[in-house]
Amino acid sequence: MSVRDLSRHPLAALAWIVPIITVLPLFFPSAYYYRIGALVFIFALAALGLNLLMGFAGQVSLGHAGFLGIGGYAVAIGPAYLGVPAWLAIIGGAVLSGLIAYAVGRPILRLKGHYLAVATLGFGLLIAIVLTNESAWTGGPDGISVPRPALFGLNMRRSEPWYWLAAASFLLSAVIATNLIDSPTGRALRAIHDSELAARVLGIDVGQAKLAVFAISAAYASVAGSYLALFNGHITPDIAGFLNSIELAAMVVLGGMGSVVGSLVGAAVLVVLPQVLTILHEYEHIMLGLILMGCMIFLRRGIVPSLQAAWAGARR
Amino acid sequence: MGRSAQVSALEAERLSIAFGGVRAIDEVSLAIEPGVVFSIIGPNGAGKTTLFNLFSGLYVPLAGRVLFAGKDVTGLSPDRLARRGLSRTFQNLQIFFRMTVLENVMVGRHRHETTGVLADLLHLPSVRRQNRRTREAARAALSRVGLEAEAERRADALPYGALKRLELARALASEPKVLLLDEPAAGCNPVETKELDAVIRSIAKEGITVVLVEHDMRLVMNISDRVHVLANGRTLAEGSAAEVRSHPAVVEAYLGVHGAQEAANAFG
Repeated sequence: MSVRDLSRHPLAALAWIVPIITVLPLFFPSAYYYRIGALVFIFALAALGLNLLMGFAGQVSLGHAGFLGIGGYAVAIGPAYLGVPAWLAIIGGAVLSGLIAYAVGRPILRLKGHYLAVATLGFGLLIAIVLTNESAWTGGPDGISVPRPALFGLNMRRSEPWYWLAAASFLLSAVIATNLIDSPTGRALRAIHDSELAARVLGIDVGQAKLAVFAISAAYASVAGSYLALFNGHITPDIAGFLNSIELAAMVVLGGMGSVVGSLVGAAVLVVLPQVLTILHEYEHIMLGLILMGCMIFLRRGIVPSLQAAWAGARR
Repeated sequence: MGRSAQVSALEAERLSIAFGGVRAIDEVSLAIEPGVVFSIIGPNGAGKTTLFNLFSGLYVPLAGRVLFAGKDVTGLSPDRLARRGLSRTFQNLQIFFRMTVLENVMVGRHRHETTGVLADLLHLPSVRRQNRRTREAARAALSRVGLEAEAERRADALPYGALKRLELARALASEPKVLLLDEPAAGCNPVETKELDAVIRSIAKEGITVVLVEHDMRLVMNISDRVHVLANGRTLAEGSAAEVRSHPAVVEAYLGVHGAQEAANAFG
């Protein structure tokens, strides 16, 4: 295989992330930076799942934080009440999220566009309300603490191991997402995005394909939610709140719909930027809003696809 | 006739559908023999595309039956019909514009691919082998319509005429038993139409039944084994190209709707 062939391999786009992940910590002045880095990769994981749904299959979800919540509470309730080890609770949460997505998706994925957006929004709110009201299990609005066991023999109370775990998990999930895109299922999803009509007359079971990607994206969000809860050592129903759902959708659109790397970039911008902008004190949110608007006005296809197009145009 | 013992590739039995009380298709019956080129013609609004939508499962008929290879498929969903071997193109293009030309045609292979979401997520060797086979078959379909050089371009970079051929290649890649072509020559220049003529002939020669809706009468009269004429959702006439051309009711229908000029173009 020549270098040119290698550079065209679907996984080539991910290869350059590895050195960045490994070199970046050399410039971290404090443990706080590991914390931010870990948060970037955790949110990137959830955004990537949502991107499979929104960017590839073209189906919007404004309730994806609901699955963050399910994953988060799985690692809070599983070990504390059911005696399940944390790693198993992560998997259990992902499976549960996938199943719930499958059940909820059957009626609502028939809807299109704005109607689907509102239906998923309702689903997210529903999860948040259940988490708030079932206080016997969830601790109510104040939330509950999440036991932080040693995972893989590492002390998971520190931020540094979380950085590596989150980064590795993101990479693995990016490989899986890339695999999916270059497969019959992935082609079917992208076909549905562009023309449901043509997809149907070519033999694609559109309903089934949408359900599959909804369940997969829910599982991604669930794992991210589990990590978030374990990382913070505490969880409240806010994790499933509307703001988180919107933030995930913003990461997907900002980074670039249908771009795996874009999910990471979108997450990085929306996690890091608010931290950087705190130096502006009361103008922080105004600046954040202006930057987001500017990004979408000047890079309207999202950061990564727009820059890729500009780069391809410059080389021609 | 000895041929009547043969099972029709596609058949409509007193098919009807109404929109807002208006019968768009009114008790249309037709039987299409396997391996022929069968054209459906008629003035605008005659119900040609509506009939295609009924055949391909996009519409469910109000009354009547659709038979595919002798089996009742009335009300079957488009994807299930497609998996049985019915493929079609669209009058207004339905291209996957964000995918490459090759990927568009690869989607056409969907009904021949075995898909398992888990295997796809893990990119198992079986998925990779299948991807390779799919890619080869898609390239072969592209070369049949002369688009192999454009394989790696994004579909939205192609001009209109090429997109029409891309849709044809995508439908061909599905290796259909019956292929419905909805105005394949619309927007094509005379050279492209001539090429299309040759492609359709070669498709029919393979034994694929071609059902054609087309306004280019020269093309229709050249390649059709049989022509069915619709007007206002009803059958007006059916026969060989020569029979239909001289059928008084057909000439009148065309004259009545489009005027003498159109009739001259159509049958000149």
